[in-house]
Amino acid sequence: MSLNTSIAGAAPIVVEDLTKSFGSFVAVDHVSFSVNAGEIFGWLGPNGAGKTTTIRILLGLLRPTAGATYVLGFNSATQTKAIHARVGYMSQAFTLYNDLTARENIRFYGMVYGLSSKDLGQRQTEIIRMAGLSGRENVLTGTLSGGWKQRLALGCAIVHRPKVVFLDEPTAGVDPISRREFWELIYAMAKDGITVLVTTHYMDEAELCKRVGFISQGRLVAVDSPRQLKQTQMRGQVLEISLPRPDQAMRRLKAAQQSGEVALDEVALYGAQIHAVVPDAERYKNVIRSLLEAEKIPVTGIEWIAPTLEDVFISAVNAPK
Amino acid sequence: MTEPVIVAREMVKHFKAGRGTVRAVDGLSLEVGRGEMYGLIGPDGAGKSTTTRVILGLLTRTGGESSVLGFDSMRDMYAIRERAGYIAQQFSLPPTLTVMENMQFFAGVHGVSAAQQRQRIPELLAFAGLADFTRRPAGRLSGGMKKKLALACSLIHEPPVVMLDEPTLGVDPVSRREFWSLLGDLQTEKGLTILVCTPYMDEAERCTKIGLIYGGRLIAEGTPAAIKALVPGRVLEVTPADSLAARRILGGLAGVREVQTYGDKLHVVVADVEAGKRQMMEALKAARLAHDDIREIEVRMEEAFISLVRRQAAEAREGRAA
Repeated sequence: MSLNTSIAGAAPIVVEDLTKSFGSFVAVDHVSFSVNAGEIFGWLGPNGAGKTTTIRILLGLLRPTAGATYVLGFNSATQTKAIHARVGYMSQAFTLYNDLTARENIRFYGMVYGLSSKDLGQRQTEIIRMAGLSGRENVLTGTLSGGWKQRLALGCAIVHRPKVVFLDEPTAGVDPISRREFWELIYAMAKDGITVLVTTHYMDEAELCKRVGFISQGRLVAVDSPRQLKQTQMRGQVLEISLPRPDQAMRRLKAAQQSGEVALDEVALYGAQIHAVVPDAERYKNVIRSLLEAEKIPVTGIEWIAPTLEDVFISAVNAPK
Repeated sequence: MTEPVIVAREMVKHFKAGRGTVRAVDGLSLEVGRGEMYGLIGPDGAGKSTTTRVILGLLTRTGGESSVLGFDSMRDMYAIRERAGYIAQQFSLPPTLTVMENMQFFAGVHGVSAAQQRQRIPELLAFAGLADFTRRPAGRLSGGMKKKLALACSLIHEPPVVMLDEPTLGVDPVSRREFWSLLGDLQTEKGLTILVCTPYMDEAERCTKIGLIYGGRLIAEGTPAAIKALVPGRVLEVTPADSLAARRILGGLAGVREVQTYGDKLHVVVADVEAGKRQMMEALKAARLAHDDIREIEVRMEEAFISLVRRQAAEAREGRAA
């Protein structure tokens, strides 16, 4: 990607050759990507990989060591105020006031963002409806369950109608149903043309992003759609082995992996089955079957299965540099 | 079958809340057999944590029975403590103590002798991949390493049973997988009985048996395959132009049993794949809603979870109305 076109172009989020060092530690190392208008972009990586640092730089809360970032065309480092008026930010630690009602929390954040009193009333109504809080708008926030609070926090983060929203692990610790409902809101925002950058440790949520970027040890490993990533980033193929005694088989396969007898990238227990990552599924089906049967460990079936985004993530992160 | 290791029978736990009582656990029964990896799943507030705490004897039981290795949760809670490891939800390890000091601290709590400590601590640290970090303060470990240290600490008294309450919350996929690989080793190599509460449906798939809690009761139990088979039909995936409108239309079709939203996709549960596809295509065409190819997808634990919890919630509503 040429640097100039991305600045001039309409991309609401642009990260250009960004580097951030803390002393001798390089937290973000020459990272470039951009997010298009109305796109839901998943920003994924292990803890400590540089995800939050990137977001803080985009928001102008940290200065880059080298390179630059732009949000809606504004330089994060020099035009921070213009950015703050136009973006929303929600993290796991987003503060809601437990002793205010849902409606009062929205009002409070609206006032912080300087909304007019007419606008405040309208936004309260809109956000209560959007977050599915109708009937609970006058309940103390402290008594709302996790999923409701999360949706209210998102509502408060977008009370000033931002064009770009940053969500840093918004769904940590929330049950699957609440997570689905939260993602319906994210989709509704994207449909309204809002650009969303979201970090998550749930790979099934990452599947819902239009594109994802993997960052590992400060370096951008890959950027693409989930479907493409599964085709391009997976080293090896996944075999699912079904058998009556997976514990015996695990011991044998782990021993074979450690001794280098069989080239297994990974071998892991999945309930009553075993998943093994191998260089070549068709060939290793037979290799594994004969290895186990030589030990009189019966095998019911070995199937080549599609990798999940989690398989791909782990493969990309563990790839030799 | 030998006597189950963890048992709850019609177990009840009430909490006082203001003038009323909350029935956090409401007649729950479950059994975990020796060497099993039992996953307890359920929506927030369903009673997962309370269940584990009552079974361990950390909370007083209001009614029913519960035991670990035959020891009653109420009468023999000290016997249980000697034989069960536990990681509480959002536990914290003393942050200023080093990895080694944390291990020694927990060894002391459980009365592990100095000679046993000299043997076990290095073994457990090697097992958890922490052997090179013995002098690092716990507060300066990464999220994944903290969880592994907590696991190592919970095993210091060599318990045959461990109960883990959302042990991988907030941990990245790589560390999560490493943690589960340690659990797999404990199960296959040491024959440990493991009960784990988790909000991650992909983790639930890795258990030998799953119990789904809703409203303080167990509403489904079985192997991951058996739980997934409880989805009432086959699942078709479609991405319509307007998923809200499409959801309303498809939800009203005779052959459609359930519609779940998945981002901008819809997961539609139908009795018959071919008839369902035809019906959906006709309905979307009549409503002039563009869509991509409708295809069948494999049911994952997440679809099963949502389907079961929704049906239970609907039944509860009907029960109240009746």
